Amino acid sequence: MTKTVEFGKDLTGLEGLSLAQITTILDVAEPFKEISERPIKKVPVLRGKTIVNLFYEPSTRTRVSFEFAEKRLSADTVNISGSGSSIVKGESLVDTARNLEAMRIDMVVMRHGSSGAAQFLADRIPSNVINAGDGQHEHPTQGLLDMLTIRDHMGGIEGRRVCIVGDILHSRVARSNIYGLAKLGAEVAVCGPPTLIPHGIEDIGVTVFKRVEEAIEWAEVLNVLRLQLERMEAGYIPSLREYNRFFGISVARLERAPRDVLILHPGPMNRGVEIDSHVADGPHSVILRQVTNGVAIRMAVLYLLAGGSPERAEAAKMENRA
Amino acid sequence: MSRPILLQGGRIIDPSQKLDERLDLLLVDGRVAGIGQALEAPAGCEVLDVAGLIVAPGLVDLHVHLREPGDEHKETIASGARAAVAGGFTSVCAMPNTRPPIDDPAAVGFVRAQGEHAGFAHVYPVGAVSVGLKGEEMTEIGELGAAGAVAISDDGRPVWDSGLLSRALEYASAFDIPYFSHSEELGLSAKGVMNEGTISTSLGLRGIPNAAEDAAVARDCIIAELTGGQLHILHVSTRGAVEIVRAAKARGVRVTAEVTPHHLSLTDEAVRGYRTEAKMNPPLRAAADVSAVRDALVEGVIDCIATDHAPHHYEDKEREFDDAPFGVVGLETALGVCVRDLVVAGRLDLPELIDRLSCRPAKIAGLPAGTLAEGSPADVVVFDAEGRWTCQPEEFYSLSRNTPFAGQELVGRVVMTLVSGRTVHNRREDR
Ligand SMILES: [Zn+2]
Repeated sequence: MTKTVEFGKDLTGLEGLSLAQITTILDVAEPFKEISERPIKKVPVLRGKTIVNLFYEPSTRTRVSFEFAEKRLSADTVNISGSGSSIVKGESLVDTARNLEAMRIDMVVMRHGSSGAAQFLADRIPSNVINAGDGQHEHPTQGLLDMLTIRDHMGGIEGRRVCIVGDILHSRVARSNIYGLAKLGAEVAVCGPPTLIPHGIEDIGVTVFKRVEEAIEWAEVLNVLRLQLERMEAGYIPSLREYNRFFGISVARLERAPRDVLILHPGPMNRGVEIDSHVADGPHSVILRQVTNGVAIRMAVLYLLAGGSPERAEAAKMENRA
Repeated sequence: MSRPILLQGGRIIDPSQKLDERLDLLLVDGRVAGIGQALEAPAGCEVLDVAGLIVAPGLVDLHVHLREPGDEHKETIASGARAAVAGGFTSVCAMPNTRPPIDDPAAVGFVRAQGEHAGFAHVYPVGAVSVGLKGEEMTEIGELGAAGAVAISDDGRPVWDSGLLSRALEYASAFDIPYFSHSEELGLSAKGVMNEGTISTSLGLRGIPNAAEDAAVARDCIIAELTGGQLHILHVSTRGAVEIVRAAKARGVRVTAEVTPHHLSLTDEAVRGYRTEAKMNPPLRAAADVSAVRDALVEGVIDCIATDHAPHHYEDKEREFDDAPFGVVGLETALGVCVRDLVVAGRLDLPELIDRLSCRPAKIAGLPAGTLAEGSPADVVVFDAEGRWTCQPEEFYSLSRNTPFAGQELVGRVVMTLVSGRTVHNRREDR
């Protein structure tokens, strides 16, 4: 056995993680997958730990996934969401941080609209901070669950050709995928309207396709991003209809691909905009598998940041069967 | 009148007279009374031994934000003028983007009066170009000038209406009032918060492309050429803007330019970690831009150094990067940064640096400063060109601490500053 991989206090992004750390999280997620398949979906590994899910932006999907992960590990959880709660309303992030610290919280899972907010919080409180999406920066657990899903279906990630399609400029999912996949040895490309591709992205080792047909011809995996309606309103694209016509992932386009292409989407989907229903519901779509894996990945992250040892994850899973 | 002062044995550097020699300097009745060897001290004269130190015309900063009226918790005219003399500046030009803005003669008079009352650096008001800084209606530029404004600017924002800009430049030329331009094409900078490039992409922060500055500087130079008005480009940060200014100067356009110490010293790497103390507008740029603005300053394409001293309360900076305000303080670190990164680094010698921190900016704004010629105002900085010190913001005289240089070792330390023949800052006594 190689020496134990250590984790820091926080998970703010995949840019700062090593290959060994990422692989460890994916490996630890494997035994946790099985817990969700049991009739009694609970193990006591985080019993007595308090976790706050602090969501400044609404995201039912990510919050629920984290909450299931926390509950299945027996943690005590509190949800605070941006709209309407007094701890957040009108209070600065630094004051919220101080309040959380005063309440002796063990872990904070935070979704925030500003890039760097997770780092900001992590620098100011002793609790573990898990970034559940900060602005346009990173969404590390989404990146990890995407990688776990690709690994499940492709048998590995190294050397695989993955193209992220859509609004790369504003996407934290794209950044976490790019950093994580590159560390695991995948070839990463992006494709979308040039107005939604950040300048300088080639400098971080990413290929850019301007036409989705070229991307499909090249890729083994397409990670299709949600197109926010605001992008049209802000003038990045002229219309959703035109976006669908030139960048939408349709069966007709995929049929011209030289191979089967695995389809991921972080959800929620705009059917008929970035992805057609026949693709989303088709044989190569692993979109629901991503949702299932999301819970396992979040359990693995919570377990490891709480100090759980990677080697004992398999045993931890069995604890309540004694 | 204060006592005469004799500064004995210092190295006097006065580029306005091409002077760099070990000499004495005599100040009487608020004016320079003589420079020479072994000057005799008149009766009642205070004699100060400044051997081993540089004696130079007080530094001139064309670009500071003193926040009064309206944001006195960030800075007041008095605290800013005190910080100025601590940094060796004896004349500063206060930008009009206060609350309310300095857009009428009474407001100009207020800034002057507060400056005089404080009694530290001379505070010269800059008047607004447009009423309320709204970019719509021209201010009474002649009246502003008569009340004491030395320039006009809507700094913080560009004058985006080219028609208004051309009329203002044309009209102001009747009064020999320069226009200080914050050159930014807002449609290109959009909601950017840092330089656009690899680092903004990796941090997920919205970028401000170089083109936002380049396009605006080009337009401003073209309108200056059209009108014959006097254009001064504030805070040049891009290699493109340097080339545009160079070309305009070659065509004979009346344009000058300044660069800040932070744009001469730092790249957008300083933003990593979402450091709001490295957030300012224009943003810190790439290494190629930093070397271009340094070269331009050496060549004279960029005429002078100005701080864009922009104080902010710590609460405003202690927040999410997107929400933190733009701006850094600079008055108390400018000399230390410039000596370290320009003189010690071998790019400029001391007389050339003093030229760019004192003589040239004084000329651009037509201020009675930037020289120690006999009869000129006794505004003097005395500094230790080799003095190394660590930048500790808690020691600032400014009410704000938002500096990207905290903890850095700087070279060149102000020992004494005299304004109108009075010692207004003296490290030997203060701390
Ligand atoms: Zn400005």
